[in-house]
Amino acid sequence: MNKQDMNEQKTNLLDMKNISKSFPGVRALDSVNLSIKPNSVHALIGENGAGKSTLMKCLFGIYHADSGEIFLNGSPIRFENPRQALDHGVSMVHQELNQVQDRDVMENIWLGRFPMKGIVVNSQKMYLDTKNIFTELSIDIDPKAIVGTLSISQRQMIEIAKAVSCDAKVIVFDEPTSSLTETEVKHLFDIIGKLKEKGCGIIYISHKLEEILSISDEITVMRDGKWIFTGETETFSIDRLVSLIVGRDLTERFPSKDFSPSEEILLKVENLIGEYMPTVIDASFDIRKGEILGVSGLMGSRRTETVETLFGIRKRKGGSITFESKKLENSSAHDAISNGFSLVTEERRQTGIFPSLDITSNSIIANIDAYCNRFGVLNRKKIETDTKWVIDTLNVKTPNSKAQIQNLSGGNQQKVIMGRWLLCKPTIMLLDEPTRGIDVGAKYDIYKLIIECAKNGNAIIFISSEMQELIGITDRIMVMSNGRVAGIVKTSMTSQEELLRLSAKYL
Amino acid sequence: MEKSVIETKVSQRGTLKKSLTNNAIYIVLVLLLAVLIIIEPSFLSLKNLGFILSQSATRMIFACAIAGPIVLGGTDLSAGRMIGMAGLITASLLQAPDYIGKVFPNLPRLPLFIPIMLAMAVCALFSLFHGYLVAKLKVAPFIASLGMQLAVFGLMSVYFDAVSDSAPIGVLDEKFSGFAQNSLNIFGFRFQYINFYAIIVVSIIWFIWNKTKLGKNMFAIGGNVEAANVSGVNIVKNMLIIYVIAGLLYGFGGALEVARTGSATNALGAGYELDAIAACVVGGVSMRGGIGTIKGIITGVILFQVISYGLVYVNVNPYLVYFVKGTIILIAVVIDTKRYTKLK
Repeated sequence: MNKQDMNEQKTNLLDMKNISKSFPGVRALDSVNLSIKPNSVHALIGENGAGKSTLMKCLFGIYHADSGEIFLNGSPIRFENPRQALDHGVSMVHQELNQVQDRDVMENIWLGRFPMKGIVVNSQKMYLDTKNIFTELSIDIDPKAIVGTLSISQRQMIEIAKAVSCDAKVIVFDEPTSSLTETEVKHLFDIIGKLKEKGCGIIYISHKLEEILSISDEITVMRDGKWIFTGETETFSIDRLVSLIVGRDLTERFPSKDFSPSEEILLKVENLIGEYMPTVIDASFDIRKGEILGVSGLMGSRRTETVETLFGIRKRKGGSITFESKKLENSSAHDAISNGFSLVTEERRQTGIFPSLDITSNSIIANIDAYCNRFGVLNRKKIETDTKWVIDTLNVKTPNSKAQIQNLSGGNQQKVIMGRWLLCKPTIMLLDEPTRGIDVGAKYDIYKLIIECAKNGNAIIFISSEMQELIGITDRIMVMSNGRVAGIVKTSMTSQEELLRLSAKYL
Repeated sequence: MEKSVIETKVSQRGTLKKSLTNNAIYIVLVLLLAVLIIIEPSFLSLKNLGFILSQSATRMIFACAIAGPIVLGGTDLSAGRMIGMAGLITASLLQAPDYIGKVFPNLPRLPLFIPIMLAMAVCALFSLFHGYLVAKLKVAPFIASLGMQLAVFGLMSVYFDAVSDSAPIGVLDEKFSGFAQNSLNIFGFRFQYINFYAIIVVSIIWFIWNKTKLGKNMFAIGGNVEAANVSGVNIVKNMLIIYVIAGLLYGFGGALEVARTGSATNALGAGYELDAIAACVVGGVSMRGGIGTIKGIITGVILFQVISYGLVYVNVNPYLVYFVKGTIILIAVVIDTKRYTKLK
């Protein structure tokens, strides 16, 4: 009977029907449908918090859906844990790099299904099999290297190799390119192409719309935990995707800017160099009042190290930081904050949010001295007012100020963190990939905020890997290459090609 | 060019420092031995080596046992009391057959393996429950093992009180004492049986850690439990097995310990877990989980034994020996922390 069904439908590899899932206080998925055909790439897109990752976790057995059905090759399944999913040919490249950093590459790849020779793990087979997969996928990494010593993009490739090595029929890629260079992305797309030919169904989650249009065959859009639309990729344009994702028409991806920075130099940095590797080397630049200075560069160009050294959380070995003709030490974050600096860090989950604390605590933590009387007792009224200000001004979507920040979407978490620093009334804002992994709507809000801050006479250093947003909102762009400043260009007179060329200058 | 010079300098300094910190324990051990021999040349003798090895034997077993829960990312404060419980069980069942003060006067002379296996089984059962608390019910290992420690002590004391009215259980079957204390004479070197058992246990644990799926899963769970989960590792099952192995070793080691020392009370084993944890930490087992080697653990045990025995041998005030041990633990932890904290 099953056979007949399959013949009639020309079946889908995977069908997820009416999947719903709730967390305390949040309805994460609301009757979502998703169907994957064999030999195809199905893109799953939506804002952060739209429920894409949750849906995939329900598929993979990490979460259990409250209701709904899943069919694999036409037969109903329900995975209790990832083991069962893997056994049934469903594998996943996770958004977070789930790796055991102190163990070697091959052990990470074969974890959970080590090849055995009697009671002994067959290390030789493990090594050769890893080598073979790497050769097949043209990955050049030593299978015996310790994972923690590798770069993020190498680790990402290992995860991809691992998912491929399972011989899976359905492979989920959850934002696989967020830390890959363009060459590596091309490499990944070649791999996906091969998998597609082999008959796999690929689910591809990404925020990069250009990427999705070039790689996918079908697109499903989700919003606020609901299924919105599914269609063939050819029928979509970027604008249409954006409006489906956001649920409103965004005529422009970047807000307009109606002012120019003043001539007055606010911050001058000369020959900045750090004590420990990896470090920024001999960086000199200045930034004017009201200016947004973009920082571009490849992974490993040490843009993060540059702002961390400025902010005093990396030890400075030499060079000077001059603020309005006054030399600054910035020997610790505390010092830097009292000098009017603020830093929105790159790794939101690791160094940004306090996951189990509420919106209130997350908002006021950097500015907590301002709420204390001289006995160290906090002023609740003032805290409430300021938290409300953060939620209202930054348009944070949350049930109330007592919600744990970990229950908000990435974009809303980032807004709270921006709010946290705005409460400190900084004059120099260091923003390290403030829009990474957040949705189009939240991005727009954050751009608006950045421009607003600049307009008020602050100076902003804005690190981003998305060249379009750098070109969209900055005044000048500093390009870094291998720890050095490769050039500083006027945004209005540069191009993506020039930025790319500069970023390879010291490689 | 300038860039590469800077980077080489930094990395050279890094490599030297790294190899120093990675091998700190061996350097400390060698230095300590050198100092002891310089102060008291007679320290260098086969007899002293034999003493140190015999005293280390059970401790090696305990350290290998407790290292499992530590590598999983936890700890086991109940180890000492489990050892004591195993000691009490075996001692009470293996007293000299003609001894009048036997706690079980009518008990026939048992073959050695029965009480030893019984002690191992009881400890394994307790450890299984302990593992269930940690792995399945997700109780913090520190608290779970603290609770187990008290509960086991309570039970073993009740048993002790019931069978012997809280008098030490001694005069053991000489077969049993000989099981641990007899020795082989190898070229004038007295090699106690107990050392063979230690070597066997250490070899088995080394094999499990390095060659089997269980060992690799253990490191994966301790290193990143979420990664292990999404890779399809059965976390609860693997953790339970590691705990049960620890229990079996507490049981076996506890039996050996009582055979070695000749008598048991309910105080037997008190504080042993701390010595074992200290040896692991000094030997490079990270309290963060996921990191450790058998080689390091064994060196850690021997280092502590050399300190205990050697410093007293050269007439250092015994109280000062505690100070030295404590300092070495602190240094080891600082090194461990430094090694895994990235300087910024």
